Amino acid sequence: MAVAERKEKQQDNPLTEGLERLPVPPTTLVIFGGTGDLAHRKLLPAMYNLAHEGALPERFNLIAVSRSEMSDEEYRKDIRESIEQYSRREPDPQVLDKLLEQVRYVPGTFDDDSVFDKLGEQIDKFDQDADVSFNRVFYLSTAPSFFALIVKQLGEHGLHKHDESDVRVVIEKPFGTRLEEAQDLNRELLSVLHESQIYRIDHYLGKETVQNVMAFRFANGMFEPIWNRNYIDYVQITASEDLGIGRRAEYYDSSGALRDLVQNHMLQLLSLLCMEPPVTFDADEVRDEKVKVLHAVAPPDEDEVVRGRYTAGMAEGKDAVGYLDEEGVPDDSTTETYVALRLEVDNWRWAGVPIYLRTGKRLARKVTEIAVTLKPVPHLAFQAEGSVGVQPNQLILTVQPNEGVSLSLGAKIPGTRMRIRPVNMEFLYGTSFLSQSPEAYERLIMDAMRGDPTLFTRNDEVEAQWRIIDPILERWEKGADPIADYAAGTQGPDEADKILKPGHRWRAI
Amino acid sequence: VAEAAPEAPDTAATWSGEDVAPGDVEEALRHLLQEQYAHDGAHAPARVLNLVVVIDREWRGEIMNRLEQVGRYHASRTIVCAVDPKRDTIDASVAMTLDGQAEKEGLALMRERVVLEVGEKHLPALDTIVDPLVVTDLQTLIWAPHGHPEAVDALLHLAQVVLIDSVNEPDAASALSRAKELAQEAYVVDLAWLRSTPWRERVAATFDPPRLRDELGRIDSVTIRHHPESRVAGVLFFGWLGSRLGWRAGSLTEANGSSRGRAHAQRDDVALALEIDEEQSVPGLAGVEIHTSSGTSITLDRGPGGLIARRTDRKGKEQTWTVLGASRGEGGILGEGIRQALLRDPTYAGALACGEALLR
Repeated sequence: MAVAERKEKQQDNPLTEGLERLPVPPTTLVIFGGTGDLAHRKLLPAMYNLAHEGALPERFNLIAVSRSEMSDEEYRKDIRESIEQYSRREPDPQVLDKLLEQVRYVPGTFDDDSVFDKLGEQIDKFDQDADVSFNRVFYLSTAPSFFALIVKQLGEHGLHKHDESDVRVVIEKPFGTRLEEAQDLNRELLSVLHESQIYRIDHYLGKETVQNVMAFRFANGMFEPIWNRNYIDYVQITASEDLGIGRRAEYYDSSGALRDLVQNHMLQLLSLLCMEPPVTFDADEVRDEKVKVLHAVAPPDEDEVVRGRYTAGMAEGKDAVGYLDEEGVPDDSTTETYVALRLEVDNWRWAGVPIYLRTGKRLARKVTEIAVTLKPVPHLAFQAEGSVGVQPNQLILTVQPNEGVSLSLGAKIPGTRMRIRPVNMEFLYGTSFLSQSPEAYERLIMDAMRGDPTLFTRNDEVEAQWRIIDPILERWEKGADPIADYAAGTQGPDEADKILKPGHRWRAI
Repeated sequence: VAEAAPEAPDTAATWSGEDVAPGDVEEALRHLLQEQYAHDGAHAPARVLNLVVVIDREWRGEIMNRLEQVGRYHASRTIVCAVDPKRDTIDASVAMTLDGQAEKEGLALMRERVVLEVGEKHLPALDTIVDPLVVTDLQTLIWAPHGHPEAVDALLHLAQVVLIDSVNEPDAASALSRAKELAQEAYVVDLAWLRSTPWRERVAATFDPPRLRDELGRIDSVTIRHHPESRVAGVLFFGWLGSRLGWRAGSLTEANGSSRGRAHAQRDDVALALEIDEEQSVPGLAGVEIHTSSGTSITLDRGPGGLIARRTDRKGKEQTWTVLGASRGEGGILGEGIRQALLRDPTYAGALACGEALLR
């Protein structure tokens, strides 16, 4: 759509000018897996918070589909408790009551045709009662093995399209466990739905600070001139956690650090950091640029990857068991809890700049950050004696926990001699904005209902991510890249240093 | 009788002085910040907005309570000028308030609150007293809930934003006139306008589906019910519709507490009616009813859990539903006013101009 055309479309309703919240079409949201953990802890509290703020569509219905046998009323009671427990604000009883009035529950398994018949009837009933064709959003909050089945059932029961309203399907991660699986899943989904109907969720993209990587780069003239191979020496993207796997052994042992964080979240951060400025912030313009970055990344060789696994140590001031001793982890597990990679974006802007990614469990602390290290100054007129000397400038974008940006600069140490040491110029989001960031799920659910896919992953993007990761998994299946041990609560395995180029070093976690 | 101001929760460090100069207060602020930072590096000073509040000293406690109720929308530095008519000297107090405890590796915010006891004689030059105390490069917002126009005029050149509540003015015409005058010097955030946001959102949503968009051009009557003292809120709502839809406003005439008038739209005239709702206990709108010449109508009324919407189509078929949303309360409205100081709504000026035309 041309820019002028888009502008004209936006100006169609003169009453929306100046409003912070734009109207969202009437919507019936269907949550498959409505009794699951994600629905109870995240999705339903997010729905409540949107209702509290008056942000939901002015006409809104919610249908949950799940295996457990229960009535509408029992389900409402169940989710009332979850909302009261997990909502980021204390619920207003009147708003909660009204929201729950619009909730229905359809019990049954996803391979049962009658479940989809009942679902269709309930959706139609909402339409008839209100004399409105509600948009339909199907949220697949289930195990990945059900994604294709549910979409197939939607197709077979005619629920995948509607003449008078939009139909969208939101799919949770993981989107496949290998490239081939992701391709198969895409094929199956696209045999029923159009790509524009599919919203693959990566909740990282719903985080304000992740979106702010784009704002930071493209709204500030001072960074773009240096955002290239001429000035940037190397980049490190870190997503570390101090916690272990908790009770998620079943999921984590079949996933591992590479699939859990690198294939999706960390490659998203890399794309946002390295992409060219899009012409507009339309969904496809942004995603086109991100995909171009992924296409320019070659899968890393053996000497560019290190995997590790935590052993017993100290974490959070207490003794921590090793991964193999965690409850539910098989003795012969070969799952990695740490991975570090060296990648390169082979294009005009980034060629030759190493981009290091690392993530792990039971590391020294929880932090997600992007560190951009600039090349050293070409000539040093100052003496380094008596100080740590001039260090290359580093720009740190912290995604969590203390969201912000800091820039290290060389400054003179007070005194009679010209001695230099690095100091930090810091900007913290918490100190500079009044508003609390909405939960990522609130933003993403609204975008799905509004029909804005900018913060969702497109099929070619998912496949491009898997093309980078798949060869590593293939090597590991053959037993390559031995697993390096690291003690819980530390910086990760020493072997991670071997992927660094000369003169580079890992930032302390 | 002067009310004692409530102590802010989690007050970390304080200073006070009698017969002080602005420089003394500024120095105290600097020292307290340094002391606090040395004592507890986990608290970072918030740097979002300066809020300068000019109030009657006797109502200080009430205003301080309202400021405490703004939820997370606290200004980073609040400077309260409490006016005691006969006072010759300035007394001051400074308090650092902590926003919760710094959690492990987390960040907690520190805000500054300055209270200046000033006399009426200080008001025409209040800018010279306040100027050294605002954080440079942050937006400054002025709020004078008890009037004090001379103080506001003196402070205008320091501020980018003025917070007003048009319903507090004696009548709608003078409220809009004052708002327009202030808008020439600064960006105006009007609480009377913000209270109508959910109503404006809902009316916009009603006509948003493309098949209903044409109905905007067929609106032939609008009736607004309001709190007995919120006539100006209704006028601003008419002003918003009129300015957005290109109506030429005629004059409203008052009779028996309600007002009637007409606006000229492209196709038809629009009948406007403002009615008092005696049962409405909080400031703002009580109900909106919009009819179109094709026979459809939409009404919005306050109800439990949100606004109750009722739509009647041209065949007379009626639908009722609740548009979900929690009441923000007056504390929430003030917080929203502070938040809006950092944003810009381009439609208020149009609503103001159209509203003024209705009251001519």
